[in-house]
Amino acid sequence: MAAAYTLEDLQDWNHRIVELVERFGLDPYAQEFEICDYEQMISYMVYSGMPSHYPHWSYGKSFEKLKTLYDYALTGLPYEMVINSNPAIAYLMRDNTLALQVLTMAHVYGHNDFFKNNFTFRTIRAEFTIETFKAHANRVRQYIEDPSIGLEKVERILDAAHALSLQCRRNLTIRKQSEAEQKEAKLEDSKPATDPFQSVHRRKEWVSPDLAKVPLYPEEDILLFIRDHNPHLAEWEKDLLTIVHEQAQYFIPQIETKIMNEGWASFWHKRILEALDLPQDLRLEFIVRHTQVLSPHPGGLNPYHIGMKIWEDIERRWSETKPEVEKKPAPKTKSAQEKLFEVREVERDSSFLRRYLTEELVRELNLFEYQSRGNEKVVSKVADDDNWQAIKDTLIQNVGTGTIPVIKVEDSDYGHNRGLFLRHFHDGRDLQLEYAEKTLQYLRQLWGREVALETILNEKKSLLCFSDDKLTIKPIP
Amino acid sequence: METIFREYHPSSGQRSDRSAGDRLRHRQKVREAIRHNIADIIAEESIIGKSKDRVVKVPIRGVKEYRFVYGENVPGVGQGGDGEVQPGQTVGKGKDGAQGQQAGDRAGVDYYETEVSLDELVEVMFEDLELPDLDRKHLRQMEVERQFRQKGFRKKGIRVRLDKKRTARSRVKRKKATQRAAVAAPRGQRFPFHKDDLRYHHTVTEMRRESNAVVVCIMDTSGSMDTMKKYLARSFFFLLYRFLCTRYQNVEIVFIAHHTEAREVTEDEFFHKGESGGTFISSGYNKALEIIYERYHPGLWNVYAFHCSDGDNFESDNPAALKAAKELAQISNLFGYGEIKPLGAGYYGSSMIQYFSQIQEPNFQTVQIQRKEDIWPSFKTFLTKDRVRDDAA
Repeated sequence: MAAAYTLEDLQDWNHRIVELVERFGLDPYAQEFEICDYEQMISYMVYSGMPSHYPHWSYGKSFEKLKTLYDYALTGLPYEMVINSNPAIAYLMRDNTLALQVLTMAHVYGHNDFFKNNFTFRTIRAEFTIETFKAHANRVRQYIEDPSIGLEKVERILDAAHALSLQCRRNLTIRKQSEAEQKEAKLEDSKPATDPFQSVHRRKEWVSPDLAKVPLYPEEDILLFIRDHNPHLAEWEKDLLTIVHEQAQYFIPQIETKIMNEGWASFWHKRILEALDLPQDLRLEFIVRHTQVLSPHPGGLNPYHIGMKIWEDIERRWSETKPEVEKKPAPKTKSAQEKLFEVREVERDSSFLRRYLTEELVRELNLFEYQSRGNEKVVSKVADDDNWQAIKDTLIQNVGTGTIPVIKVEDSDYGHNRGLFLRHFHDGRDLQLEYAEKTLQYLRQLWGREVALETILNEKKSLLCFSDDKLTIKPIP
Repeated sequence: METIFREYHPSSGQRSDRSAGDRLRHRQKVREAIRHNIADIIAEESIIGKSKDRVVKVPIRGVKEYRFVYGENVPGVGQGGDGEVQPGQTVGKGKDGAQGQQAGDRAGVDYYETEVSLDELVEVMFEDLELPDLDRKHLRQMEVERQFRQKGFRKKGIRVRLDKKRTARSRVKRKKATQRAAVAAPRGQRFPFHKDDLRYHHTVTEMRRESNAVVVCIMDTSGSMDTMKKYLARSFFFLLYRFLCTRYQNVEIVFIAHHTEAREVTEDEFFHKGESGGTFISSGYNKALEIIYERYHPGLWNVYAFHCSDGDNFESDNPAALKAAKELAQISNLFGYGEIKPLGAGYYGSSMIQYFSQIQEPNFQTVQIQRKEDIWPSFKTFLTKDRVRDDAA
């Protein structure tokens, strides 16, 4: 279908949208739109929207997969893609209709505003995003072209590093302590607590902490730890680990705010388009598209739908004056508008759900909990009086970085043999063993010596040891 | 606030096709994975068949991206549709992985199977063979046709090959050139052909060589050959045929079934019809020799013969079989004897493998197949003996 609009039309609509964006008080970065076709779109998706990205076969795999799904019409492509950079870059598919482009542009401003203002994104220097990815790509290509290194070796490190890249710190706004600070803290910790009855009690003996231990406190940035503590890595290998780590960290905030972010953008695109006074044909199409995007996926979760419902609920509760609100007393010092903008700034998915997903919403969204039984998902809990809280807890466990097991390095001299000892902070969910084995193998490869992971399997404390080339599982008494 | 619009650029080179390198690399990885599993894949019954367009589903290991992920005992949360959701209700299949690419926080559903066409699979299979010797050997080729073909033009030649059109054209060229050079040259004057204008076709003699191969499949169809044994035999013949198709332009296939006497049969009969009775292996060999001399003269054809049997031959036939086998080995590129003894099939007193060890011909090979997994290794050993005779033209 030939698109019956021109770039000028888009600019015109954009102009009107921007006016509304400013009137509503949104505060986005400057915006850049690029028109692309569907193959370019797939490419951008595969390389997380970056105009340049280092090469790795896994992206080829994603491309094939996405293209196959798209060609067989098993999946649609997103209408838009925005990257968190300053100016924010968004891609619009040229095959889309005018109504869809208008909707998309409004949606993009929502994301853009979120990127700029949510606290989780504070640690990212948005103005350098594109350049950073470009620099990474150049460095990786340089290593691949270096005759003394080459593709095979680079790939080996990248494969291993990708496996561990998300094992990094989740809350980046907490500053990482330097080694000196950690030492000080350790010494501080070792002091006995002040005893109010010290005149009668015998003084506790002070045990000096082992300051030679590495790391002093459990370390979550596994790739960085390996980079800093494996003396056998070459400079280019260290650099690759740094690159993979930095790229993973860039995506942590986006993983952490998926529901909020999509909900926020949907909330505002609806608001903006309603205020745009669209001509009737565009308006009808907008309603259809909006409903498609925002409809619940039975059996799954639609982050757009859930996020938007919660935002709307917040707005309703803070603008209502009816006594009904008193059941859930909300401090009425803020206007609904102020509240929305505050929440957008200070929450992440887990806290957002914990604080604003009310019992009524759990029921309204018809949420349920399921367990996998064999190959099937079987409902285990539905939103009733007894279980809504449990469902909410499970949901919170499954959003953001909650889906990544917490694994930290505890000792780098395990068995006095320079082995690496890690602990899985078990929260009731077991590791998938096949994946754990292969990932440990990668870890073993990067560390160069034995690695051991303490975890709980089927309610038994177990130690997964990967030494030489095989995994052994020992129960821990 | 400012907004920039960038217009659409149809595939601005690098950008649109930048995933090409990564896709290629991924494809290589998939092939590698297939190669690692080749023995398993060959053993699958489904690929035995000759349709070229057949698409085979091949399980892939080794292209997954591993991370630490949670296992099966992890509850999830879903959203109900309009209706009530009841505890105990089944709401879908497995985990819905395959989330957004960049999120990458779940393992996602890695596809375990990939589809490859049979041709591609065969190609990978024979890459796996890694038989450098085979590549270096020249295939025996027969000169089948001599023909003349026009190729280019010359200024000298014999009269019959004169190209009138080109000759006329070159005269016109010369005429124009002359007129331009001498402006004052009188127009309208006669401008005759010159010797330099003449153009002749040039002809070259071309020889078309062809390489032909015939696969002679000989199988024991006596009562003791059951379905399982036939299946193993069939897999072997299939591989042989496929392999030769990649090497020769023209491959024919002959099926000979024998018990106490041999006859040529169709493929269908060969694999599906059981017969009963005892076994005279020599009968099969003699029939093969007869057909080869009659239709596929060894001077013109590369002969590949293979015999599958369970080794249960009549004692009295052994000397005759040995003699025929020797002769067959002499005239063929490769002659193999495969003894199929599925595990648990019991012990047969006679084994022809031992008996055939008297044959000294270097291109004779015996293999023993006990189960499906043996097919590929034994096929490899069989091929290492391939011989291309020097007496070939």
